[in-house]
Amino acid sequence: MHDQDLSAALAEAVVDAAAAGRRLRIEGGGSKAFYGRQAEGEPLAVGAHRGIVSYEPTELVLTARAGTPLADIDAALAAQGQMLGFEPPGFGPGATLGGTVACGFSGPRRPYAGSARDFVLGVRLLNGRGENLRFGGEVMKNVAGYDVSRLQVGALGCLGVLLDVSLKVLPRPQAELTLVQDVTLAGAAIERLNRWAGQPLPLSASAWDDGRLYLRLSGAGSAVRAAATSLGGEVLAEDAAAAYWQGLREHTHAFFAGDAPLWRFSVTPAAAPLDLPGATLIEWGGAQRWWRGEAEPAALFALARAAGGHASRFRGGDRGGEVFQPLAPALAALHTGLKASFDPRGVFNPGRLYAGL
Amino acid sequence: MSAPVNLYTKLAAGVPEHLLLVETEDLRPYECDGLSAYRQVPLLVALPETIEQVQHVLRTCNELRVPVVARGAGTGLSGGALPLAEGVLLSLAKFNRVLDIDPVNRTARVQPGVRNLAISQAVSDLGLYYAPDPSSQIACTIGGNVAENAGGVHCLKYGLTVHNIQSIELVTMTGERLTIGSQALDSAGFDLLALLTGSEGLLGVIVEVTVKLLPKPQVAQVVMAAFDRVDTAGAAVGRIIAEGIIPGGLEMMDQGCIQAAEDYLHAGYPTGAAAILLCELDGTAEEVAEQMEQVQALLRDAGATELRVSRNEQERLLFWAGRKAAFPAVGRLSPDYYCMDGTIPRKELPRVLNGIEALSQEFGLRVLNVFHAGDGNLHPLILFDANREGQLHAAEELGGRILELCVEVGGAITGEHGVGMEKINQMCVQFRREEIVQFHALKAAFDPHGLLNPGKAVPTLNRCAEYGAMRVSRGELRFPELERF
Repeated sequence: MHDQDLSAALAEAVVDAAAAGRRLRIEGGGSKAFYGRQAEGEPLAVGAHRGIVSYEPTELVLTARAGTPLADIDAALAAQGQMLGFEPPGFGPGATLGGTVACGFSGPRRPYAGSARDFVLGVRLLNGRGENLRFGGEVMKNVAGYDVSRLQVGALGCLGVLLDVSLKVLPRPQAELTLVQDVTLAGAAIERLNRWAGQPLPLSASAWDDGRLYLRLSGAGSAVRAAATSLGGEVLAEDAAAAYWQGLREHTHAFFAGDAPLWRFSVTPAAAPLDLPGATLIEWGGAQRWWRGEAEPAALFALARAAGGHASRFRGGDRGGEVFQPLAPALAALHTGLKASFDPRGVFNPGRLYAGL
Repeated sequence: MSAPVNLYTKLAAGVPEHLLLVETEDLRPYECDGLSAYRQVPLLVALPETIEQVQHVLRTCNELRVPVVARGAGTGLSGGALPLAEGVLLSLAKFNRVLDIDPVNRTARVQPGVRNLAISQAVSDLGLYYAPDPSSQIACTIGGNVAENAGGVHCLKYGLTVHNIQSIELVTMTGERLTIGSQALDSAGFDLLALLTGSEGLLGVIVEVTVKLLPKPQVAQVVMAAFDRVDTAGAAVGRIIAEGIIPGGLEMMDQGCIQAAEDYLHAGYPTGAAAILLCELDGTAEEVAEQMEQVQALLRDAGATELRVSRNEQERLLFWAGRKAAFPAVGRLSPDYYCMDGTIPRKELPRVLNGIEALSQEFGLRVLNVFHAGDGNLHPLILFDANREGQLHAAEELGGRILELCVEVGGAITGEHGVGMEKINQMCVQFRREEIVQFHALKAAFDPHGLLNPGKAVPTLNRCAEYGAMRVSRGELRFPELERF
C-alpha cells in the first residue's frame, strides 16, 4: 500500500457521523482489536492514512501518519541504527503507530527507558467536531499549551482520531547481553530486581518466569561486560536472547498460550508476590505482572489496588463488563467531562475504555 | 483591609486568621514572581498549612466566584504566579516537608513546597537523586516544577518533570481531592498525570507529589570543545547523537556568553571561540571512558579547534560553573536582561541565530545566546536598561519576535519556562483558533467557572484577535471573523 494523507476524508467522515448522530469505532490494522471493552459504532478505517512524514536521525525525531505499520517504522529506524525506546509490542503484523499509541503499549524496555507516552512529542488529531488539531510538536521540550499529545496515549481513541504522531527515538545500544539466573521464589526475584534498579547498572529489561530470572543489559560494550561480571549468571546466546524478549513482548511465549483470560497487574515494583493461584510472570523490574485465570474481577481490582496499582483484563473474558480498573467517582466524572470537551456527541469508540465513556 | 468582608469571613471559617494576609505591606512580597516586569498586588494571600485548608480556600472561592492563583517559590520566569487584583493568591510555601522516602521502590513523597534540590539532598545517602535540575533548583519548589513541567540541563537523557514523577495529589477548584497517577508505572484511564504536568495552575492545585528517584551515575566527565563557527558547533552535536551517544548534558554558548562568563568566573573558557560546547557523559566508569574517546574523536573530526577534558571532579564543576553562571555573568554587562525560552529543531540553529542577530540590530539591543543544544532549547538573553525610555517594551517585543521565529522553523515558544503571562500573545501564533477553543473546553472540564489562574497560559480568542490585528502572520490575518477592539 502506498503512502497517503487521508486527513480530509477522515475529517469529513467524522463531521458526517457527528451530524447524523452515528458512532464510530476507529480501526487501524486490527492487531489490537482484542483489547479493551467491546466498542460500539460503525468502523472508521484509518489504516490507509499512512507514511512516514519526516524522520531526522540526528534530531532523534520521527513523525508518521497513524496508519503507518509499526514494522515500517522499525525498519526505517533500524537503517539509521535507531529504535523506538519503549520497544512496543505489535501483537500482529498489521500493528500501526496509531493503534500502538492509542493503546499505550510499551515493551520490556519500559521501566528502564520510558513508556510510549514518555516518547510522544506531538500529535495531530481529529476531535469529535472533525477539526484537525495539532498539539505538541517535533521538539524535545515544549510546554506551550496543555499536554494534549500525551493525554492521547492509552486513551483508546476515546478523545479523537489520531492522524499523525511525532516521537522521540533512541540510538540502538552499542552492545546487548542477556543473563539468566536460577531464582526459585518470586519474592526473591522481586527483591533482587529492585535492589539492582537502585544501582547504576545498564539494565534494559527483566523478567521472572518459572524459577528463572532474565536480565538484559544494554549500553557501551565495556559497561555491559562489567555489569554482567558483577551480576553473574548464565549468558544467553544472542539469538536465543532475542527470541526470548521478542516472545515476551509479543505474548508468543508459552506462558501466554491458552484460552483463560489474561490479566495484567501494574503495581508498585517491590510489591510482594500477588496472592493468586497458579503461575505469575513478572516483568518490568516487578512493576508489571501477568496472570491467566478465571476470577471475580472485583477481587483482582482490589488486589491490584492493595499493591499500589491497577489491574486490567488484557485478553479474553467478558468484554461487555469492566475490563479496566474502575475509577474513583470524582476521577470518573473528570473523564466524562474531558471526553465531552473533545467529543461532545460521543462519536468515538463509545464504551471501549469504560461503559458510558 | 480591602478584601471583601464576606470573602474574609468565609475563608477564616476554615483557615486560621494568621494565615490570611490582607494588609498591603504583607501582600507586597507576592506582587510578582521571577518575571518582575509584571506586578500586581493580590486581594488577599492565603498560606494554608493543611490540605483541608487548601480545600476550604478553593471551595469558598468557587462559591464566591473569586479567582485563585497558586504560588510555590515564585521563581517562575513567565509570570505564571502573577496575582490578580480581585483574586486570592494561594501560597503553598508552608507545605515544605519530605513525607516519605521509599528507597526500595525509589520514590519520594513530598509536599509541593519542598525545594527541587532538597529532594536530591534528602536521598543522596541512598545513592539516589531526582533528575530534573532547573537552573533555579536551589530555590524553586517541586509543586511549581510540576505545574511548569520544568526541565534543566539533563533533559535529553533523563527527561523533563513529566518523565520523573509518579503521582500527585490534586485539589480541584470545587475543593475535591484527587489522586492522579499511582504507585505503579502507569494508571487506569486517561493519562491525567501527563495532562496536569505543565498545566500552569489552571486545572488544579497540587498538594503532594511522588517523584521517581534514579541511582546516581558512578562517574561524570565533561569535555569542552571550542569552535570557530556556530554552525560547525551545531553540526558537531548532530554527529555525537548520530553516533548513538546520548550525553547527560550538552550545552552551547555563543561568543558573547563565553566572554561574559570568563570575565565573571575565569573558568578557562577560550574567549576567542565563536561557540563552545560542553558535553557531559555519565554512567559507569567503563562506559564513560569508552564514550569519551569516541566523543573526542568526533569533535575533532567535526572541526573543534580546542578540546579540554575534565581531569577530576573539581575541574568538571569548574567547566560547568561558567555555564551555570551565564545569567549573572550577563547581568554584569547590562542593568537588565530578559531571558527567552524557545525550542527549535537543532538543524535550524544557524538560521535562527542569524535571525536573532538581524532582530538584535533592528531593535538596537544586544542578544547573547545559551543553548541546551542536545534538546534544542534556546535561551537568548536580551540586554536592556529598564530606566531608559522604551527599552523594556522594545526588549519584550524583540523577545516575542524571537519566539515567533522559533515557531516559523518548526519549534515552540517555550521549552521549560511556561507561557504564563509573558508569552500569551505568542500562543496565538503557535496555535490556531480551533486548538485554543479546545484548550478552553478542556479547562472547563476541571474548572467550569474559569477561576484557576485565569488569563494565563491560554489566551482568549479576543486577545488573539487583538494581537492578530497588530501583526499579520504568514500573510494572512488570524481570527479574521472576530471583532477588533
